[in-house]
Amino acid sequence: MRKLLFCAFVLMCFTAQFTEAATPKDTLVMAFKIDDIISLDPAEIFEFSGAEYTANTYDRLINYDVDKVSDIYGGVAESWTTSDDGLTFVFKIRPGITFASGNTLSAEDVVFSLKRVILLNKSPAFILSQFGFTPENIDKTIVKVDDNTVKLVIDKAYAPTFLLYCLTSTVGSVVDMKEVMAHEKDGDMGYNWLKTAYAGSGPYKLKSWKPSETLILDSNTKYWGHKSELKRVIIRHITESSTQRLLLEKGDIDIARNLGPDDIKGVAGNADIKIRSRAKGAIWYLGLNQKNKYLRLPQVRQAFKYLIDYKGMEQTILNGKATVHQSFLPEGFLGASAETPFTLDVAKAKALLKEVGLEKGFTVTMDTRNNEPTTSMALAIQATLAQAGIKLEIIPGEGKQTLTKYRARTHDIYIGRWGPDYMDPHTNADTFARNPDNSDGAKANPLAWRNAWDIPEMTKKTDAALLEKDTGKRAQMYMELQREHQQVSPFVIMFQEIEIMASRANVKGFVLGPAYDSNFYQYTTK
Amino acid sequence: MLQLFTIRRVKKATHQTVRLLIMVAITFFGLLFITFLIGRVVPIDPVLAVVGDKASPEVYQQARLAMGLDLPVWRQFFIYMGSVLHGDLGTSVLTAKPVLQDILRVFPATLELAVIATCIGIFVGIPLGVFSAVKRGSFLDHITRVIGLLGYSLPIFWLGLLALIVFYAKLDLLPGPGRIDVFYEDIVDPVTGIMLIDCIIAREWDIFWNALAHIIMPATLLGYYSMAYLSRMTRSFMIEQLRQEYILTARVKGVAEWRVIWGHALGNCAIPLITVVALSFGTLLEGSVLTETVFAWPGLGLYLTKSLLNADMNSVLGSTIVVGTIFLGVNLFSDFLYKVLDPRAR
Repeated sequence: MRKLLFCAFVLMCFTAQFTEAATPKDTLVMAFKIDDIISLDPAEIFEFSGAEYTANTYDRLINYDVDKVSDIYGGVAESWTTSDDGLTFVFKIRPGITFASGNTLSAEDVVFSLKRVILLNKSPAFILSQFGFTPENIDKTIVKVDDNTVKLVIDKAYAPTFLLYCLTSTVGSVVDMKEVMAHEKDGDMGYNWLKTAYAGSGPYKLKSWKPSETLILDSNTKYWGHKSELKRVIIRHITESSTQRLLLEKGDIDIARNLGPDDIKGVAGNADIKIRSRAKGAIWYLGLNQKNKYLRLPQVRQAFKYLIDYKGMEQTILNGKATVHQSFLPEGFLGASAETPFTLDVAKAKALLKEVGLEKGFTVTMDTRNNEPTTSMALAIQATLAQAGIKLEIIPGEGKQTLTKYRARTHDIYIGRWGPDYMDPHTNADTFARNPDNSDGAKANPLAWRNAWDIPEMTKKTDAALLEKDTGKRAQMYMELQREHQQVSPFVIMFQEIEIMASRANVKGFVLGPAYDSNFYQYTTK
Repeated sequence: MLQLFTIRRVKKATHQTVRLLIMVAITFFGLLFITFLIGRVVPIDPVLAVVGDKASPEVYQQARLAMGLDLPVWRQFFIYMGSVLHGDLGTSVLTAKPVLQDILRVFPATLELAVIATCIGIFVGIPLGVFSAVKRGSFLDHITRVIGLLGYSLPIFWLGLLALIVFYAKLDLLPGPGRIDVFYEDIVDPVTGIMLIDCIIAREWDIFWNALAHIIMPATLLGYYSMAYLSRMTRSFMIEQLRQEYILTARVKGVAEWRVIWGHALGNCAIPLITVVALSFGTLLEGSVLTETVFAWPGLGLYLTKSLLNADMNSVLGSTIVVGTIFLGVNLFSDFLYKVLDPRAR
């Protein structure tokens, strides 16, 4: 017995020095799923956590107020003017900005950064190229006037805020031309280097990135704006929600970004932990393929919209992580409609099905991503559809697999989540309500195309809204478009996502914006 | 005469080596071919992994051409084979780094875990197996069997989470997930990639203790499973040996009982045990996906799974080659030990 006690004592001494909780005072430690980052180059970044990285490490030409998205203000561009024909934009570059490398930011860097997006032509390049910029014309359309002035010439007189909002996205980030070109190899414009490196002027600078492990940012002492309060931000990749919760409860991390509904409930009563939430732009929807002989019937499409238990799912499966939303523009966007005309109404759905002789129901499949909450949502939908006799077969698959099928238009129903690419309403209108070519070989494949929904009339309306100069009128046009879309489209739009962040009670000032590229760390204290 | 004998031996050895090399080459070719084929047959568009869902058609097409996906599959395979033979495993889509560099980064984490786990397995599992074989039907034997059974049947992620809740959350004895506390990141230069050794080289003792504390839980957990397996196997090998006549002879000759058991019987079990240990070690080296997930351990298992789910075929193929090499290596090594230990196999 004595021996045993002794052993226990030794073991305790041994382990005592191992455990010291609490994170360093000047460091923010955050658990966050960052395995979606495939590049650190602002011309290529198009992922949620990548966008957040850019927002905190680079300056963009233009910013918007996170609390009032309609308020646009200058970033690197101090001010701007638009020509009367709406085609020419002249930006005055803010003087006195220095890159983390020590180089001074000038009009040349801005021109280089924008041209680079077009020339590299990576995934987010369309955000700029939709204004008619091409490798052939950029020398004439993206021009340095003098050291403090840049001129952009676009192809059509769009709504003026359209270009400005596009420049608030990650492709509007300004990179350090000298630094990037010093690492150029075989004419790649520094692409292979910047994929894993840093050349910006934001409040934080990159210290290190280990893919799917850690992302470490250090305060950029040369930053021109509000200097970061904390010296270092350590982002640690942790997938498991329960693991994030454990670490947070123990004080080994300051912020947990990916808690599931159960764990959020679990920490809710803890006085050391605060929970904050913010509606994000992503939308959950069902896409009904119009190649399916049942789903193409208007009554069936309508019936589906009455066969979703919106409230029930919001309260149980999603529990705070999403709110009911039934139009294609998320709350916070210009002209977003908050109308929710549909509720679970089995009798009405049955009547609609009877109109087309389908009172006995039919069988359809749904391609479903193998993750939460998608799977739980699919099961809930399966149950309510069954009440009207519709037999839903769920086909589970990995994300890339279901997406491949969706893009080939070989699905019946697809349950999806769509996030806007920039803060202008056209981003979602373009994909949900525009389909210029419905043929199988079409070049572009917006969501309307993927569901084989041929809408020449609505496409015209969407194009018209994009060209409307009067903001109030434009908002009205989107309202009407959503109202029509809500009733006739093959999209059952169900929810808008909410980001929930749990932090230690002493963490203050973390800015949660309406998009991932407007989550800011620099005001955070602890 | 002696000379002739030596020549014969050399000839035999050369013959064996050549046969071995051919075997290894064929195994590798098969391994690569099948993995490559699976990668092309699965209904996942590999271009999507590179450009994402929202890329414009031009970007999509550009990436497709750059990846050589417009070529016939057999040509793609030979191009790939060619670059592998030149030591180029391609670039990972997920990490934007050469696959070889990625693997060299993640593999030491798995190796570190596997070595410690296997040591636990050997030093606890084998004696336990011996005891329960000698004292068959005793209380200790029953306990060992229950432990073994649990090790076989409990899902490791569940046990891992439970261990975290008890030892980390409630008792506060051990640190949480990860290889080291996150604010120690990036202080020690990765020389070997094995954290404990790197800390010793850098003389960073605080980080060394931190890393050691971090590895205790996952290594013990994996070690437990390896132990359960080894103790069961040892027990059955020992029971088999203890029935043999030479044991009886030894006892009749008056050899001390501990020598009979630990020397004679266990000595003869050593040969099959080596294969068992090697197999279990090989499996651990592939990376234990679930343990690595629960403990946020950045090893090969996690890397491979993630690549697979993201259709990052270069990484998947590269990892497969590494896993294949390890398995072949461990098997060859156990064959070699076999020959050293068993005169009949020479």
